[in-house]
Amino acid sequence: MTTLRTPNGFDLDTSGQRVVVDPVTRIEGHMRCEVNIDDNNIIRNAVSTGTMWRGLEVILKGRDPRDAWAFTQRICGVCTGTHALTSVRAVEDALGIDIPENANSIRNIMQLSLQVHDHLVHFYHLHALDWVNPVNALKADPRATSELQQKVSPKHPNSSPGYFRDIQNRLKKFIESGQLGPFKNGYWTNPAYILPPEADLMAVTHYLEALDFQTEIMTVRTIFGGKDTHPNWLVGGVPCAINMDGDLSAGAPVNMERLNYVKQITNRSIEFVENVLIPDILAVGSFYKGWLYGGGISNQSVLAYGDIPDRANDYSPENLMMPSGAIINGKLEEVHPVDLRDPEQIQEFVPHSWYKYPDEAKGLHPWDGITEPNYALGPDAKGSSTNIVEIDEKAKYSWIKAPRWRGHAMEVGPLARYVIGYVQGHEEIREQVDFTLKTLDVPLPALFSTLGRTAARALECQWAARKQAYFVDKLIANIKAGDTSTANVTRFDPKTWPSEVKGVGFTEAPRGALAHWVRIKDTKIDNYQCVVPTTWNGSPRDSQGNIGAFEASLMNTKVERPEEPVEILRTLHSFDPCLACSTHVMGPDGEEMADVKVR
Amino acid sequence: MIETFYEVMRRQGITRRSFLKFCSLTAASLGLGPSFAPQIAHAMENKPRLPVLWLHGLECTCCSESFIRSAHPLAKDVILSMISLDYDDTIMAAAGHQAEAIIDETIEKYDGQYILACEGNPPLNQEGMSCIIAGRPYLEQLTHAAKHAKAIISWGSCASWGCVQAARPNPTRAVPIHKAPGIPNDTPIIKVPGCPPIAEVMTAVISYIVTFDRFPELDRQGRPKMFYSQRIHDKCYRRPHFDAGQFVESFDDEGARKGYCLYKVGCKGPTTYNACSTVRWNGGLSFPIQAGHPCIGCSEDGFWDKGSFYDRLTNIQGFGVESDADKIGVTAAAVVGAAAVTHAAVSAVKRARHKGDES
Repeated sequence: MTTLRTPNGFDLDTSGQRVVVDPVTRIEGHMRCEVNIDDNNIIRNAVSTGTMWRGLEVILKGRDPRDAWAFTQRICGVCTGTHALTSVRAVEDALGIDIPENANSIRNIMQLSLQVHDHLVHFYHLHALDWVNPVNALKADPRATSELQQKVSPKHPNSSPGYFRDIQNRLKKFIESGQLGPFKNGYWTNPAYILPPEADLMAVTHYLEALDFQTEIMTVRTIFGGKDTHPNWLVGGVPCAINMDGDLSAGAPVNMERLNYVKQITNRSIEFVENVLIPDILAVGSFYKGWLYGGGISNQSVLAYGDIPDRANDYSPENLMMPSGAIINGKLEEVHPVDLRDPEQIQEFVPHSWYKYPDEAKGLHPWDGITEPNYALGPDAKGSSTNIVEIDEKAKYSWIKAPRWRGHAMEVGPLARYVIGYVQGHEEIREQVDFTLKTLDVPLPALFSTLGRTAARALECQWAARKQAYFVDKLIANIKAGDTSTANVTRFDPKTWPSEVKGVGFTEAPRGALAHWVRIKDTKIDNYQCVVPTTWNGSPRDSQGNIGAFEASLMNTKVERPEEPVEILRTLHSFDPCLACSTHVMGPDGEEMADVKVR
Repeated sequence: MIETFYEVMRRQGITRRSFLKFCSLTAASLGLGPSFAPQIAHAMENKPRLPVLWLHGLECTCCSESFIRSAHPLAKDVILSMISLDYDDTIMAAAGHQAEAIIDETIEKYDGQYILACEGNPPLNQEGMSCIIAGRPYLEQLTHAAKHAKAIISWGSCASWGCVQAARPNPTRAVPIHKAPGIPNDTPIIKVPGCPPIAEVMTAVISYIVTFDRFPELDRQGRPKMFYSQRIHDKCYRRPHFDAGQFVESFDDEGARKGYCLYKVGCKGPTTYNACSTVRWNGGLSFPIQAGHPCIGCSEDGFWDKGSFYDRLTNIQGFGVESDADKIGVTAAAVVGAAAVTHAAVSAVKRARHKGDES
């Protein structure tokens, strides 16, 4: 036996058959996963590899800090805007800029609408096909499907037998055409799919409904940011000036017509999430509730920074509507405060990442990080450097670094936020979680699973839609009270800046805790660092041998058919991986990268 | 067995009357006259879905995210009824070797007949291994698929120009698709730049190809003329304020609230060729300037490396409210036109103005 116990408590055994999944699809970006399975098809070792790297932070060096939001926004087009928000907060922190209340409300509306959009699209378009079988939906009785729909969600208008029959016919012709498009080569005969045909048809129907409806959700960001994907942001506030009365109000960014539009879309978002997403999660969950794999480190080590400041410019946990804190060693009763400025708390390690440190036994805080690309495979890798057959995880094996909080591998994301919020007694979170557990008739520990992660994301989607409405009302009330200010430009001119400053900005991105660290010298960016959610979740091993959240979550899962990795996809997708986010990292000295030859 | 777009629509319960209306709207959205509607209808009634392989290199996936936001046609209808999206690792059910097998299956079945849609771009440094697909450099997958493609669509500024990862100092040496080693010289490449491109422009390019069975007319840089022959500035609703010398001097000032011209706070509309001020974004709802932010020029080659987004394009002296509006317009257009390296300013201005008269 070649079993090895990791410091975070997982027994790795590499003796069984190696299964490789590359590319892992239905994620943002590119990743590879390798596992070893034993004779009973149980996963005994897991290796997650980030397979892309872009080096955005070295590109940021020497740029105007007011432009950084646009560069970092292009880290990810799926969680579009969340990096931009983090970036303007980091620069405002460095320069000591306070933003107006309206700007805070508008930023929150944009960030919350991203949570709603991203969570909804993730479930239906990136994750659902791990649970739902569109081919099996052809066997459904449309009448029974209609009954199921009316039972799980009486308020949803699209529920007649004829409606489901039309969708089923469309699906049937699509599949019979022989041009299967995105469903091609799926694992549709795999016994891991257990939904009855009616539930499959209902879910596939909502796959299509959600694909249509998501085009509306994001329009609130088009109103405030001018376009989506990648709306526009501004250091000091928001670019969209408010004009409710003047003779040129019609051409102003925000006027009565625009606010009405935002309000209407916000209300429709709440309806869709509550009438479609939540009932689907409960329906699918009720069939799969025996499949409780995938908990990983979610009951051990979770981390959140918090977000959605109620009042502007106060980032203390008391003013943040999303929970913050760190739980370690499985001590759920103790939530530690998190300080992003403390060099001892967040550190990044590279002994298993394709980067170079002078001393790789040590981690470095983002303000002091170093990165030099160093792509090479370990001695036991199979294949060649440009044709990897098997990774050697004892050596460097990923473009993702390994961030740690006080040395611990942490899970971030909706489940982490919900675990922290639950133990802190966050009222809305408690209510949602208790309702879900009761409806599914499962105990609290069921939360620590792949399904728990998926359910937490859906609950957060609902929470975010409701909070979006709160901030729309707040914005309107503030305008009514006579405040139409949207930007503080007193320090917009670089001539007003001190010669050397540093700052940190943070958010809760849909995928988890996100922070940017910036140093500004003589009005230009001297150093820019991002530690992003998928860097946490998708991290490789560190110098102590701790495995990351993806890897831990795959451990001890049974796969029905090793050649059809649906269970691996299921659990990886439950994190909503974003690889372009996780693998862009560059350090302050990165511009002297010895390995890069610009030919 | 392969069904047509029309058949699909009929089965959805859409009447022939509604179908023909859809064709007229499609014709209009493509900038074509009503006489083209029957041609579109004929195409929709008779063609199987066009096979598409959609590959992803170094990118942020904003192009896919934009594509699914298309309001007309809806992405659902494009995927179910116009094209056969056989490979797209962002949404496909299959993973690993079952996913990769699709590329060869498509090549075998539709050699020279499929469209290769490229999002993102390949890196050449780090042995090409800063973008790995199936254990090998993305460049290999790209060139393999390109050799058998009927045409290539370069979605967005990454595939068209290089975009953010290719901004100085371009640490991965990312290159746009047309500059990637191994791309056949004789395969047509349609560039649809923008970060991301407008959703309805993306779906219009696809519907145009499906409908007319030909590629849209391209400009010298390979962009469809129908969407990229005018600058944002030419059709901006704030243009009268530019001509009148009424500018936003700083964000949230009186001018910002009145919707004045954003030129002085850095707007790149005068040098940016795109359809934002005409087609607008997300179903025609708005565009950056309407929401109060200057255009950052995201559809232009190298837009990341042209100074701060808040720097004024150039100082144009001596104009103000008292000047002749036409004179200001011509002067400004000529000056900023000269700043755009790849365009002959005068002809561009003339062409833009001529087209402006037509519409």
